[in-house]
Amino acid sequence: MRVSLFIPCFVDQLTPRVGMASAQVLKRLGHEVEFRDAQTCCGQPSFNSGHWDVARAAALRALDVFKGAEVVVGPSASCVAMMKKFYPEILAGHPRLQEAQDLAARTFEFGEFLVRKLGITDVGATFAGKATYHDGCHGLRELGLKEEPRQLLRAVKGLTLLESEEAETCCGFGGMFSVKFPMISTAMAQVKCDALVRSGADIIVSSDPSCLLQIGGYLTREGKAIRTLHLSEVLANGS
Amino acid sequence: MSTPRSQFLSDAQVATDDVAQRGFLRQALGGYYVSRDVQKARYRDWEQARDAAAMAKWNAVNRLDRTLTTFATNFERNGGKIHWARDSAEAREIISKICRDAGAKAIIKSKCMTTEEIHLNDALEAEGYGVVESDLGEFIQQLRKEPPFHFVFPCMHLKREAISELFTKHLGTAATDSPEELTMIARRHLRQLYVDADVGISGANFLVAETGQISITENEGNARLTCALPRVHIALAGIEKVIERLDDLAVLLPMLATAGAGQPMTCYNTLYAGPRQPGEPDGPSEFHVVLLDNKRTALLADPEQRDALHCIRCGACLNVCPIFKNIGGFAYGTTYQGPIGSVLTPHLRGLQQWNHLSGASSLCGACTEACPVRIDLHHHLLHNRRNAVLAHVSLFDRLFHGAFGWVIGRPKLFAFGGKVFRATLPLLKKLPLPYLSTWLKSRELPEAPKKSFRDEWKGSQS
Ligand code: SF4
Repeated sequence: MRVSLFIPCFVDQLTPRVGMASAQVLKRLGHEVEFRDAQTCCGQPSFNSGHWDVARAAALRALDVFKGAEVVVGPSASCVAMMKKFYPEILAGHPRLQEAQDLAARTFEFGEFLVRKLGITDVGATFAGKATYHDGCHGLRELGLKEEPRQLLRAVKGLTLLESEEAETCCGFGGMFSVKFPMISTAMAQVKCDALVRSGADIIVSSDPSCLLQIGGYLTREGKAIRTLHLSEVLANGS
Repeated sequence: MSTPRSQFLSDAQVATDDVAQRGFLRQALGGYYVSRDVQKARYRDWEQARDAAAMAKWNAVNRLDRTLTTFATNFERNGGKIHWARDSAEAREIISKICRDAGAKAIIKSKCMTTEEIHLNDALEAEGYGVVESDLGEFIQQLRKEPPFHFVFPCMHLKREAISELFTKHLGTAATDSPEELTMIARRHLRQLYVDADVGISGANFLVAETGQISITENEGNARLTCALPRVHIALAGIEKVIERLDDLAVLLPMLATAGAGQPMTCYNTLYAGPRQPGEPDGPSEFHVVLLDNKRTALLADPEQRDALHCIRCGACLNVCPIFKNIGGFAYGTTYQGPIGSVLTPHLRGLQQWNHLSGASSLCGACTEACPVRIDLHHHLLHNRRNAVLAHVSLFDRLFHGAFGWVIGRPKLFAFGGKVFRATLPLLKKLPLPYLSTWLKSRELPEAPKKSFRDEWKGSQS
């Protein structure tokens, strides 16, 4: 399959290794991977802040950028949910609505693509350690992904998967929420991170780099040495 | 001057700083999650039950003109009297007039959030009536002169010791740590008050159009006494409480109990059809239902968010909300706390003044997942935010999002801006920049990599 990567803007700028790891896994599975560099941001910060005109412009750009792509895969459940669920909503009544719905049908979150579209749960990865998976809210509740990432992680050689309490509790990131209501956002991070620490895992894995920004940022500030990794980084390891 | 927004921010700060209280709330809800899941598992299909419950409310709300008049006609046929109140002031006036006409002195109340919405107690007390709350939680909050902390569990923020101390102070009872004894203290105190009261005021969980009955569900039996003993019974209800058929209760009552409190059914479920009929030994001689609009019809006119009127006030969305669990109920500053409060309050009390509640959410969606009548709660918060922006945008926001939109529309500029951002990040972190410095107060940012993804990708392709 020819996969077009959808790399969220902050992954592009702050954690490019997540994008590279996603590409590596997909290539290893025998797919052709492309990156269309006209892409920037999906518009979610503006959408969530109520500025739907800005988000709509971003959506229309994305329709141009990904025109003709066979499938679009992004290593961020949140940004993928923006494309899959909210582009059609903000383009309701727009002449390009159909195009947005078509794009939504061809767009997948990274783990979703592997398990649901390709039917693969074992990518042949090896990773030594004890991991716990954090369910990002967009992956869990907008895209309905719960078992898929866990299936992928269970198949990784050398990796033990632990469940943490509060696995489905929000980490408190919420985009602009994290800086508009920092006290609530930080309190949520604390509840989340305490549970992650209690789980006994030494690696926290998620499909949402934005949650990892929050969780990693809080844990680092609190001096807790637990690694945070995107699912693709674990799956790219070994073999 | 403090605005609802600034008040919210400072109260949220105080509440989130109180680590012990936040832990107490999490612990208090721990048992609820367990029993809720046990009860949910007893449904053959919880998701289908949600569909059925949502459909029952949808049918009633989308034909509100007919369902309401059917209810009113049937209730009056049973001998009751219907009053229509456009807003809080009208509802207060209707109720105090009924009390005046009845020559009332003492009033007893069972739990009713709608009376909180219209600030009824203050109004009645100002007219010289003694008003006593008979629900244990409400009774405690009344003694504390505090509003309910949670609209289903009014004093869930209090430890037993605090309640015992409160009773010692106000009722002169001995200290105790037994929940049963605390309940008995309140009961003994309230018993005579039911007998003395001339008027009983209740809410209604459902108004059954088909039969003209009101359905009240409770765990303590206090509502039964409130509705049965005084000469006059007044029930206040929002117009959205109506349902079409008696049969609808078969799904709504258990779901209300399970979603909200983890119970199979609430202990007492009573239908009240009207005043005492000739030959009946008890019941009030007058029975009034006050139907309150208070902007509900404006919400009904909004097809996008109309489903917010499906709410059966079970409280499930509060119980699962990480915002509520961390800031508690008081910080909201509203009658209805939690997700449904954040959806409704901007409609009921002004979008511009209360939109911060729509913003104070990470949009995690736990509320929507929990809601037994499938209200699209977290998406409505997004709709509120959009509506607020359409009506008014601050200069800062206009510039911020305008600039953001401009940059992300230009890939080369975006890439260049990213490069500058990464190169200067160590310096930027030291500057008092909006948002960035806020983030850094409690969290780190990863070190900026030398190359962006697009640079690395380009390198790997050549
Ligand atoms: S919005 Fe739904 S979950 Fe929240 S109180 Fe109403 S019915 Fe219950």
